[in-house]
Amino acid sequence: MPIIKIPTPLRSYTANQSEVTVQGQTAAEAMQSLVEQYPALHPHLFNPEGKLRPYVNLFLGEDNLRDLQGLETPLKETDQLRLIPSIAGG
Amino acid sequence: MLELSSLLLAEIQAHGAQAYPEEGAGFLLGRAEGERKRVLSILPRPNAREQAARHNRYLLTAQDYLQAEQEAERQGLDLLGVFHSHPDHPNRPSEFDREWAMPWFSYLITSVYQGQAGESRCWLLNEDRSAFTEEEIRLL
Repeated sequence: MPIIKIPTPLRSYTANQSEVTVQGQTAAEAMQSLVEQYPALHPHLFNPEGKLRPYVNLFLGEDNLRDLQGLETPLKETDQLRLIPSIAGG
Repeated sequence: MLELSSLLLAEIQAHGAQAYPEEGAGFLLGRAEGERKRVLSILPRPNAREQAARHNRYLLTAQDYLQAEQEAERQGLDLLGVFHSHPDHPNRPSEFDREWAMPWFSYLITSVYQGQAGESRCWLLNEDRSAFTEEEIRLL
């Protein structure tokens, strides 16, 4: 099953695990599986409209999913998605 | 509580003054034990926003984050948060800061007035993302 790697500031929501095994054949399904396992993550990953928050980047290998097919990017059983935040403010 | 040495705080404030009139930013590296975070090193990064926006916005890219995480691992530390400066503005988080904030991370903000660094304050995002709560800074 695919794995999602969790960045440090979100690990308090995944029982301090840095990797979570998920189910799904697309990145969207994998993210859904992640928040079903750890519901408290949901507001920090998705806005109230259900869209990914702007600081959430998902990388498959070296590729940002935004440069692939976004959340519709297909995943293989052995894929590792890496969740990497952009940090911004004003 | 965020613990750091006076020397590291001075380095953070000097970085903010150096970046003036733009915002300067970087990562806080160290160790966390419960709600106590101890900063042991910092990693300043270039402000990746376009030049016209850098006076009131900063950006640390996903690549910056990845490099900071790798540097923290190399030092046997964790990423604890982010520091940034507010040129000619108070050291309180803005609405834009809140929208983009990560939970758990400490956000250390330094006011810089006319190129002179002022005081720094630290902030944590509330669990419901509605606001920040001030985090005590303890100088070592």
